[in-house]
Amino acid sequence: MTLKKLAVTFALGSMALVTVGATSMRAQSHVNSPDVALGTPSVDSTESHIGAVTGHAAEGKKLYRRFCIGCHGPDGNGLGMNAAWIDPKPRDFTEATFKCRSTPTGTLPTDDDLYDAITRGFVTTNMPSWRPLTPQQRADLVAFVKTWSPRWAKEKSGTPLNIPAETPITIESILHGRQLFQKLECWKCHGPQGHGDGPSASTLTDSKDNPIRPYDFSSGSRFMCGVTNQDLYRIFMTGLDGSPMPSFADVVKPEEAWDLVHFLRTLQPLKSQEADLWQTYKAAHGADIKPIGPDAAAGGQ
Amino acid sequence: MRTRYFLALTTAVLLGSGMLVFANPPAGSGTISGKITYTGTAPKMKPIDMSKEPSCAKQHATPVMTENVATGPGNALAWVVVYVSAGDQGSSAPSQAVRYDQKGCQYIPHVLPLQISQQLQIYNDDQTSHNIHPLAKVNSEWNKSQPPGSPPIDTKYDKAEFIPVKCNIHPWMHGYFVVLNTSHYAVSGEDGSFSIKGLPPGKYTLTAWQEQYSQQTQDVTISGSETKTANFTFKVLPY
Repeated sequence: MTLKKLAVTFALGSMALVTVGATSMRAQSHVNSPDVALGTPSVDSTESHIGAVTGHAAEGKKLYRRFCIGCHGPDGNGLGMNAAWIDPKPRDFTEATFKCRSTPTGTLPTDDDLYDAITRGFVTTNMPSWRPLTPQQRADLVAFVKTWSPRWAKEKSGTPLNIPAETPITIESILHGRQLFQKLECWKCHGPQGHGDGPSASTLTDSKDNPIRPYDFSSGSRFMCGVTNQDLYRIFMTGLDGSPMPSFADVVKPEEAWDLVHFLRTLQPLKSQEADLWQTYKAAHGADIKPIGPDAAAGGQ
Repeated sequence: MRTRYFLALTTAVLLGSGMLVFANPPAGSGTISGKITYTGTAPKMKPIDMSKEPSCAKQHATPVMTENVATGPGNALAWVVVYVSAGDQGSSAPSQAVRYDQKGCQYIPHVLPLQISQQLQIYNDDQTSHNIHPLAKVNSEWNKSQPPGSPPIDTKYDKAEFIPVKCNIHPWMHGYFVVLNTSHYAVSGEDGSFSIKGLPPGKYTLTAWQEQYSQQTQDVTISGSETKTANFTFKVLPY
């Protein structure tokens, strides 16, 4: 490389550095915007409480700039640089609408809900698990996420759903759950076999009009909001706000909800007590099982 | 008193000849009435294919049409909400609940005006599950399943907002909650006419809102028990 070429390379390189610096400074000044635009109290005063850990928004802001800004954007509205290539889209924090909550539909989630979401990440989306961050850092991020919408200053989080102890896993429970799957018309979106291919599936959009797919139970993947039977119970009882998945809390009794949980497990190609019971039942009564779908008047057995 | 008001309202609706009257008990005696029309070529409303939901399809002898630009003879424009957006001396929410029905896989009425804090009761009259999903931005967004035979969903809104309502299961179902902070409002009927009664003397700004063509305003002054005319014309595009 000649001396002249080296000089040119160096000059171009420093220009690029200056440009990057200017861009990131601009991005940083955007981070301050919710204070002004939304009239929320000073960002620094917002806290989160995760067990004994208190998260601070001022610290969370620094972490957000480093880890979250690329997708969720400098304005917290989900329009980060990477957003165009991501589906489902990154959450828009300015709307304070969250899918994975322990609280009723339409209410704000708890700090723990947000902390769990950051920790767990969302399988089947681009949101990774942030477990590598310390609990303090994740709590700080929760505090900062809550500065993007004025709702956090005006409203309390909803009261978490009370989940009673799980009922025994029996074939009766599974069969009743299957009737509910028919009656509540879960199959309209999730499909008669739970493959996510019901008659309404192809038309679904989220609240921002982006196409969205219902969960395909046959994929066997983890649920977006957890892996346990309790998580599954919570998902359909609270609904996934901002998505087509409604809340069933007003129309399903707690003991019935467990029946539905037990049936839904049989739709997954996984080894489980529910799946075993169902396979045994199917082997003995296969001919009597009415298919789920528009033609089954009452569904079930 | 409430019975009498109810009777009066029923009579008014019956006499309204296609005009929907949603006025509150008269606190004054001024009236603003008018007609909503359009210029330009209105988009053609499309027939809705409900074949995926036979229990609803069989309730309609002819296909239900989309309602986002509902027109009538003489360039009339229906489902336009006309309301007092400024000058109202303050009104509290009435004790009567408003009713919203899911019937034949349609929202009835297509556009429902209501007041802040007014009780809203949502019924499912169909033999199929609906999920009612008002896409609120200012108020909080919720989404509830309502299978056949469920009790009505009882709710209210505490901020003024035009809220689109949809059913994700039946994507053609589409309506609006129009949450207002005034008791003086009306919705234009098929003939485009509306009438807002019971206005005390004062200077008012009237806003007419149409779901696809945004809104327009007009100033109207009421002195005594007169009837003033306020017509609105929306410029429509064929798409």
